[in-house]
Amino acid sequence: MAAQDSDSDEDLVSYGTGLEPLEEGERPKKPIPLQDQTVRDEKGRYKRFHGAFSGGFSAGYFNTVGSKEGWTPSSFVSSRQNRADRSVLGPEDFMDEEDLSEFGIAPKAIVTTDDFASKTKDRIREKARQLAAATAPIPGATLLDDLITPAKLSVGFELLRKMGWKEGQGIGPRVKRRPRRQKPDPGVKVYGCALPPGGSEGSEDEDDDYLPENVTFAPKDVTPVDFTPKDNVHGLAYKGLDPRQALFGTSGEHFNLFGEGPEGASNLLGDIGVNKGRKLGISGQAFGVGALEEEDDDIYATETLSKYDTVLKDEEPGDGLYGWTAPKQYKSQKESEKDLRYVGKILDGFSLASKPLSSKKIYPPPELPRDYRPVHYFRPVVAASSENSHLLQVLSESAGKPMHDPGTHSRHQLNASKRGELLGETPIKGSATSVLEFLSQKDKERIKEMKQATDLKAAQVKARSLAQHASGSRAQPLPADVGHCSWHVALSGGTATTRASSFKPFAKDPEKQKRYEEFLVNMKRGRKDALEQCLDPSMTEWERGRERDEFSRAALLYVSSHSTLSSRFTHAKEEDDSDQVEVPRDQENDVSDKQSAVKMKMFGTLTRDTFEWHPDKLLCKRFNVPDPYPDSTLVGLPRVKRDKYSVFNFLTLQETASLPPAQGSSEKVPQPRAPDKSRKPSRWDTSKQEKKEDSISEFLSLARSKVGPPKQESSPSVKKEEEHVTESLSDQMVNKEVDSQPEGEGSRPSMDLFKAIFASSSDEKSSSSEDEQGDSEDDQAGVREADFKSSQETDLVETSSGAHDSKLPPQDPAPSFPIQKMQIDQREEFGPRLPPVFCPNARQKLETPQKEKHKKNKEKHKTKKEHRRRKEKKKKHRKHKHKGKQKNKKSEKSSSSESTDSSDSQSDDEGTADLSPQELLRRLKRLPLRRQ
Amino acid sequence: MAFPEPKPRGPELPQKRLKTLDCGQGAVRAVRFNVDGNYCLTCGSDKTLKLWNPLRGTLLRTYSGHGYEVLDAAGSFDNSSLCSGGGDKAVVLWDVASGQVVRKFRGHAGKVNTVQFNEEATVILSGESEAKAGGPEVPPLPPKSDLPFLPAPPGSIDSSIRCWDCRSRRPEPVQTLDEARDGVSSVKVSDHEVLAGSVDGRVRRYDLRKGQLFSDYVGSPITCTCFSRDGQCTLVSSLDSTLRLLDKDTGELLGEYTGHKNREYKLDCCLSERDTHVVSCSEDGKVFFWDLVEGALALALPVGPGVVQSLAYHPTEPCLLTAMGGSVQCWREEAYEAEDGPG
Repeated sequence: MAAQDSDSDEDLVSYGTGLEPLEEGERPKKPIPLQDQTVRDEKGRYKRFHGAFSGGFSAGYFNTVGSKEGWTPSSFVSSRQNRADRSVLGPEDFMDEEDLSEFGIAPKAIVTTDDFASKTKDRIREKARQLAAATAPIPGATLLDDLITPAKLSVGFELLRKMGWKEGQGIGPRVKRRPRRQKPDPGVKVYGCALPPGGSEGSEDEDDDYLPENVTFAPKDVTPVDFTPKDNVHGLAYKGLDPRQALFGTSGEHFNLFGEGPEGASNLLGDIGVNKGRKLGISGQAFGVGALEEEDDDIYATETLSKYDTVLKDEEPGDGLYGWTAPKQYKSQKESEKDLRYVGKILDGFSLASKPLSSKKIYPPPELPRDYRPVHYFRPVVAASSENSHLLQVLSESAGKPMHDPGTHSRHQLNASKRGELLGETPIKGSATSVLEFLSQKDKERIKEMKQATDLKAAQVKARSLAQHASGSRAQPLPADVGHCSWHVALSGGTATTRASSFKPFAKDPEKQKRYEEFLVNMKRGRKDALEQCLDPSMTEWERGRERDEFSRAALLYVSSHSTLSSRFTHAKEEDDSDQVEVPRDQENDVSDKQSAVKMKMFGTLTRDTFEWHPDKLLCKRFNVPDPYPDSTLVGLPRVKRDKYSVFNFLTLQETASLPPAQGSSEKVPQPRAPDKSRKPSRWDTSKQEKKEDSISEFLSLARSKVGPPKQESSPSVKKEEEHVTESLSDQMVNKEVDSQPEGEGSRPSMDLFKAIFASSSDEKSSSSEDEQGDSEDDQAGVREADFKSSQETDLVETSSGAHDSKLPPQDPAPSFPIQKMQIDQREEFGPRLPPVFCPNARQKLETPQKEKHKKNKEKHKTKKEHRRRKEKKKKHRKHKHKGKQKNKKSEKSSSSESTDSSDSQSDDEGTADLSPQELLRRLKRLPLRRQ
Repeated sequence: MAFPEPKPRGPELPQKRLKTLDCGQGAVRAVRFNVDGNYCLTCGSDKTLKLWNPLRGTLLRTYSGHGYEVLDAAGSFDNSSLCSGGGDKAVVLWDVASGQVVRKFRGHAGKVNTVQFNEEATVILSGESEAKAGGPEVPPLPPKSDLPFLPAPPGSIDSSIRCWDCRSRRPEPVQTLDEARDGVSSVKVSDHEVLAGSVDGRVRRYDLRKGQLFSDYVGSPITCTCFSRDGQCTLVSSLDSTLRLLDKDTGELLGEYTGHKNREYKLDCCLSERDTHVVSCSEDGKVFFWDLVEGALALALPVGPGVVQSLAYHPTEPCLLTAMGGSVQCWREEAYEAEDGPG
């Protein structure tokens, strides 16, 4: 649609780019005619091209140096006043500005000149200079330039020199010069034409006979390979007329004109001294002797046989005598000092390594056996995970191995500290504090209470449940025994059990704690029957088994966690306020209520949140508004400090005001902290805020009840809930749904638990069942009875079928904060997931649910909900009828489904058929215990 | 000589296309009248801001200096300066006459959706769209495409309204209003209030005089808010294709206007010059006029085939500017005759 978004009235298709719209007052530009398209220089003068081939352009006036007025000399300037600054005119004074520009003949850009760059030889330049020197009226005039070298050398040259390198030498290890000139074997005839004079061999002739055995020479300087591309039309390797050959007519006695350094210069000097008088002209063997030549004795080169190689062989690398600095007295040098020779002179501050570098040793791969087949197959290994450690133990037991042999249990069973001990590592000495000391006082109390309740109740409840199920499952004690054995092994393997004694897991029960300590002592001594000894003989078999389990677990847990944690962590140096965060005091929440209000188009009080907001002082000033809070230093929304990791920072609670402050002993609602004294007290009358909220909710419920019949269609969520109920009844989810219901009344387990249970069902379903549960609390006892009955029956179905058991996680006596609300929030809000609720005491919740506690909580929950319920009475009333019907339906349905399901579990059913609802409820509560 | 007292004419709606400005600056993201309605500003996707005489159709000046497309602009009360915000996350204060950038305020983490001067042009308020938390930069849109306007994905950080001081040389804002949980789509300023609509479905009104924040929940992502000219009501348009007229003081719903289509884009809405009608862009290429009181659809003015992206209503006369694609249309009432001829 973007392509054809031009005006609707013109359906023209336009190509190309439109011209820019003209600014106001702008005149359209005319195109420049061809004759006016001229080339001008930067001063606006015409540039006439001066020929197709030259490509140049005329300068001056019609190729003269003058102007239109003719050539005018610079005007006379009296030297009377400005005598001092009269300067010598350079060539630049006579040049045009274009010549000094970037592309002129004398660019003014700053470049490094070759003369001062370094002493690297530019061969062409060298050649030209030598040529100039030779042809100069005063030959050798440029020799002075050679002698007087610029002082500045490049760093590389400096370094090389410091290391003993000299000009003209090659770089590399010094080589021993072998005699390369064999005396021509008298018996060998040499055929073929004579070789041309070589590079630089002539000068060695006199040294030929002097070849000491142990003198080394610097390698020959190597000119780098020239990679200049061939850009001419000459033949390959054509070099043109060699001027030194042509001009000087050098004899066969070849000297190195281009030899580097002073040597070459002196050579040249000497040579030129020899060739003095021979100025110009082509001379050489082919040309004979010119008339102007004075010396004519050396026309024909005297060939010496020593100039030629008589044997075909490889060119030797070190044939030059350059850099030969050996003294006359030769010391016999050892082979090991070759490095020194290579290095030459050692720089200051460096010394030669005494040891040669050890070369890396390469080990050959192992030889494969001849019958090796490169195929890997997996043995069915029993992984030593925590699940089948029992199995492993049983296996090892049956194998007859000693139980406490450290070799029997795999390394996976070792924890970090044990591994460290095996490796001979000294345990890190951390602060000897328990992990529990890091917990806040509040949390400690909470844990204490949890533990107390657990210890009080656990034994009885567990006893009952075990007594109930003992008949059904004969194998019950066996896993416990195996578990005990495994604990025993694990404990005896480690020696850190002593530390565990500092932790008193059973402090609430001194008797038990005593037994536990006794058990630890026995364990330390390595006695196998440690547990059996320390247990109270008066206890029942089941109680013993349970305590065994507890002890071993406690011992193991606090070996690992306590010792490792305390050593890894240290106390903070300074007390920081990190457990508190600033959160806005008032938050816009209640989205669900507001949404329903929006759906009902009941804007106004329901959808409005009013907050205290502090504008910046400067902002008030800029807006010409008096500061509404002149004494306040606050900007924005007032903030309060809350516990950082409190659940209530992440939950948006519906009515904090309606929650009674004393929620229960097991959980504490972090109330907003008392306001800071520094702040203005008037701004902190939160009661008003709460009242307002209260009134809002009141209004909402009123509105809901007022709406009446239209409410049914305008609030589909309610309808949806009911639908979900019927739906969930109809399908197989019944068991689980009903199972969770009694839990929802009083104490609710954590969210994670719900997620685990209802992983297959959607959130809405579970929440709807919760909602319904909340409603059904008000139902008549009959309905509830039916409900419980059905739930109980379905429970029994589950208990009989062992497969279901594994799916059910332990159900905890979780605190009774309004899960229902939280679930709604989860459904509504996006973003990072909430942290698991009530982490600190999650472990403590493992044990058992408590009945009395549960009841208490339930009552409290009821009182909490009371006023809300009262407000919603009208609505509920109608709803209850509906719900009641549904309940009945549900119970029928579930019972019918139960009757089909429970056919295989007759034995259990018969015993429980005529139990009271309370009893059923109680059993229901302790149901998950069977997992242990 | 007793002429009868001329009956006050009923409000006329601008439905005669007077002019079409081909702005030549890519897609026109927003069109805004100046304070007295004589000039208008167009924000182009080619990083320029242009000042026009809409009745004559002449371009007065081009302001370039943004690093990305310009999304909103506003003129000061004395016509001496302009402010604009764009996809380069910067808020720019311009000098009208010279066309130079006076200040460039940086600090937003997301694209600046909306800018507004306060009454005395001492403060610029700017609202940013959702800022992706570490996410990749949004790929540049083709020059003539419409700008989709969708709620931020979960994980984006909260966005804010920033109050920039034009008087001092402070680089940081005077105050940051960061209550919005999602992008801020619209900011309007009265003498002592700041009205902000956010994608999180709430209209927040910051009352500086009272020192209170009123947050009205609408539910659907809000695309535009504005005050009524009498300052008693707020008009709120949201992505559920609904405009709502809310009482400013209580938040009650006074009227609801539907019929247009607004599901995807950030479209403008406004009230007519005498608060008689509610005007809104639509994604079906029309501009809808509703009677304010009755809520009945008064006129659906066809503009073109595309999305009517932006509109501006003359402060005193029945004159409407609409932006579609790369052009701006100027509409007047039927009876209007150009005083000084076309040109």
